[in-house]
Amino acid sequence: MSEQPLFKVTIDHITIEVPAGTTILNAARKIGGEVAPPAMCYYSKLEGSGGKCRTCLVEVSKGSEKDPRPMPKLVASCRTTVMDGMEVKNITSDKVIDARNGVVEFLLINHPLDCPICDQAGECHLQDLSYEHGKAGTRYEFQRRTFKKHDLGDKIQLHMTRCILCYRCVFTADQLTNKREHGILDRGDHAEIATFIEKNLDNDFIGNVIDVCPVGALTDKTFRFKNRVWFLKPMDAHRDCPTCSGKVTLWNRGEEVFRVTARKDEWGEVEEWICNTCRFDTKKTSDWTIEGPRLIDRHSVISQGHYAGSVGTNKPTETFQAVHGGRLPKLLMDIHTVSDVNRPDITLSMLERPAHATDFKPNQD
Amino acid sequence: MGIKLLLEKAHVEGIRYFDTYRREGGYRAVEKALKEMDPASIVEEVKKSGLRGRGGAGFPAGMKWSFIAKPEGVPRHLVCNADESEPGTFKDRYLMEFLPHLLIEGLIISSFALGSNDTYIYIRGEYAWIVDILEQAIEEAITNGFLGKNILGTGFDCNIYVHRGAGAYICGEETALIESLEGKRGNPRIKPPFPAIQGVWQRPTVVNNVETLAAVVPIINMSGEEYAKIGVGRSTGTKLISACGNINKPGVYEIDMTISVEEFIYSDEYCGGIANGKRLKACIPGGSSVPILPANLILKTAKGEPRLMNYEGLSDGGFATGSMLGSGGFIVLDEDQCIVKNTFTLARFYRHESCGQCSPCREGTGWMEKILKNIETGKGKLSDIDLLWDIQRKIEGNTICPLGDAAAWPVAAAIRHFRDEFEWHVLNPAESQKRNYGLAHYADPIHVPA
Repeated sequence: MSEQPLFKVTIDHITIEVPAGTTILNAARKIGGEVAPPAMCYYSKLEGSGGKCRTCLVEVSKGSEKDPRPMPKLVASCRTTVMDGMEVKNITSDKVIDARNGVVEFLLINHPLDCPICDQAGECHLQDLSYEHGKAGTRYEFQRRTFKKHDLGDKIQLHMTRCILCYRCVFTADQLTNKREHGILDRGDHAEIATFIEKNLDNDFIGNVIDVCPVGALTDKTFRFKNRVWFLKPMDAHRDCPTCSGKVTLWNRGEEVFRVTARKDEWGEVEEWICNTCRFDTKKTSDWTIEGPRLIDRHSVISQGHYAGSVGTNKPTETFQAVHGGRLPKLLMDIHTVSDVNRPDITLSMLERPAHATDFKPNQD
Repeated sequence: MGIKLLLEKAHVEGIRYFDTYRREGGYRAVEKALKEMDPASIVEEVKKSGLRGRGGAGFPAGMKWSFIAKPEGVPRHLVCNADESEPGTFKDRYLMEFLPHLLIEGLIISSFALGSNDTYIYIRGEYAWIVDILEQAIEEAITNGFLGKNILGTGFDCNIYVHRGAGAYICGEETALIESLEGKRGNPRIKPPFPAIQGVWQRPTVVNNVETLAAVVPIINMSGEEYAKIGVGRSTGTKLISACGNINKPGVYEIDMTISVEEFIYSDEYCGGIANGKRLKACIPGGSSVPILPANLILKTAKGEPRLMNYEGLSDGGFATGSMLGSGGFIVLDEDQCIVKNTFTLARFYRHESCGQCSPCREGTGWMEKILKNIETGKGKLSDIDLLWDIQRKIEGNTICPLGDAAAWPVAAAIRHFRDEFEWHVLNPAESQKRNYGLAHYADPIHVPA
C-alpha cells in the first residue's frame, strides 16, 4: 500500500500524512471529529458523487509546498485532492462557516421541514446539519416548492418535496444495477428525481437508494409511519443470503423487527449493500442471527433513552397546555398541506390570527 | 475607420459560398499553415498574437492550447463553442451566418495546430438555419479538398461535425458543453480535471469560442506579431461587439479596442447615439452576466479618465466601479428604463437556466427572482435589498461553474450602483407601477478623488 508517496496536509492546524490522491474530505475524516466537513452529496462508495451540495467547502490557505499560493475560491473538499504541504482551514475559517451557513439556508428554503412526520427524522443528515449551522428562523417568505409523492415500485416511495438533489440515488441506481432508469428530469429549482416515466424500480439491489438518501425523500414503504427510529434498538445481524452478504442492521422494538437496513459507518455511509429480500421481506427475528447491539454515536438521538425501557411507550404526564399555562400550541407552518396526514379544510392565510391546532380537522383515520 | 480583420469581407456578394470566399483571398491561411508551418509554430504564433478568448472569460487562447495533454495513441479534439445564448450577445451568429468559411478556415488551422482529426461545432439549437449554412460550407470545403482525408496533400485528416444543442444556456459552459456533446445531461463537470486533460470522451480537448477560432485566420495571414500591434496592452486584435438596446444603430461592430466607450456609443460609425434623443442611463457592456454600470461610470473610470472599450479598460476599478468586456454583448439603457425591472428580467433568466446541480445556484437564483419580482410589483420591503445582497454574496464563488457568479453579479452591481432606485421602488409602491425612476443623478459628473 505504501508505494504511493505520502503527502503531509494540515487541516485546522492538525497535520496528517495521507497517500497522494486522497481528497481533503477523506484526509479530514482520518483526523475525525469536528474537523471533517459535513457532506450531503459525497458518498465514498459511489463513483462520481460529490461536489454538488457545497456544504463541504473549505478554504485552502496554502496550495502546496511548491506553490504556496492560497486558492482564490473556497473549494469542495470532497473533490479536491491534497497536495504535499497543503494547509486547509475548515472550522477555523470564518469564510467557510459563513458560506456553509449560506448553503444550509439554501438547502432549507425549499425543504418542507416536516420533520415531525418524516420517517427520516433522527437519522437525517440535513437535520443534523441545520442543527449545527441553521438559524432559528427563515428569511424565505415564499411558497415552498412541492411535488406529488410517487411510488417507485411497491416498496419505495419518492417524496420529491424533501429532496435536496444530491444525486446519490442516481449514482446508486446507475452503479448497482444494469439498467439505467433512474435520473433527473428538468432543470434548476424544478428539477426532479424521476424514473422515466413513472416506471417501477425492480432491481434486486434498488432498496439501497433508501439508505443513501441523506433526507427523507426516499423511504421504505414497509416502514413508513410504523415507528420513530429513536424508539427502535439497532442490532447487528446476519443471515445466509444467496444474493447479498446478508450483513444488516435490524431495528427492533421488543421482539418485533420494524425495519432492516444496511450497516452504516460513522459517516452515515453503507458498509455493504444489501438486497431487497433482506431489506423488505425478512422481518422475523427468527430469520436472523443476532450479533449484538449496533454502536450508534452517543450524541445521536437514536441512542437516547435506550436504558430506560419505558421511553416511548408511556405517555408523557404533563400536557403542553399544563406546561404553558393553558396556551394552545401555535403552528408556525402548515405542515399538513405538504404531508397529507391531516389536511385542513381551511386556508391558513385566511385566518386573522396565528393558526391553532383547533383550526384543523381531527385526524379521520 | 477602425481596422477590420474578421468582418472586412462580410458584405461581399456571395461570400457565404466557397468560390467567392476563395476568390476574395480565403483559405490562404490554411495553405500557409499546413504547408509552411508545423503545429508548434502555429501555437507559438497564436501565443505571440496575445489573442484572448472571445467567449467571455478572456483567457489567453495560445496559453490554453499549450496546456492540452498529448498522451500517445489518444485522439485529441477541438470543439468550437457556438452555443451563444447570453442575452445581448449575437456576434457569433452574425459571423457564422455571413462568413461560415472564415470559421471553417480557422477550425482547420486550429485542428492542425492541436492535432484534432475530429472537430466539433457545438451550436445553439435555436440557430437551426445556421446549421444548414455551416453544413453547406463544410460540404464545399470537402469538395475542394480543404477538409476530409489528406488535406492539400499534407497527410493531415480533419472532419468537422456540427452538433446542435437542445436549448440550454448552461451548455455554453465548456464542461457542460462536453457532457451534452457526449449525449448526457448538460451538467457542468467538477474541475479539475480540466478539459485539456480529460474532455470529450475523456480525451484531451480544447473548447474555444467561434470568434476566437475565426481570429486565428488573420493571425496566420498577418503573423502574430503584427496582430499584437493592434489594440492596447494585453487587449490585442479586434473584437466583435454586438450592440443593442436604446441606440440608433444596433448591430454587430468590429472594433480595434483602442476606442473609448463614449466614442462607441455616440459615434455615427458605431451605435450612433441614444435613440429618440434620450439620455444614457446605464450600460451592460459585456453580455447580461457582467455588472451593469451607470452612465457616469461607463463613460469615465473612477479616476476620471475616459473608459476604453477593451478588457482592461472596462474592468478598470474592479467590480466596485468597473465591469467586464465579457462576450461583447453591449446593452445600452436610456433614461426611460427601470433598473429594477431589468435586474428582475435577468434574474428570471438565470433562475430558468440554472442546471440545478449545486445548491447555492439552484435555490439562490429562484429566491433572488422572487424577491426582485416583489420589489418590481411594489410588494417589496427595505430589508429585501439587504437580503438580496446577502444572497448574491453567498452564491458568488461557491458554485461548480460560473453560472452562479453570472447570476449574482448583475444583482450585486444593480444594488451597488442603483440602490436609491430600489429604495424608491419599495417606498413608493403605487407610483413605481406608473412611472420610472428616471435618470436621477446617474449621469452627473463623477467625483474624482484627488
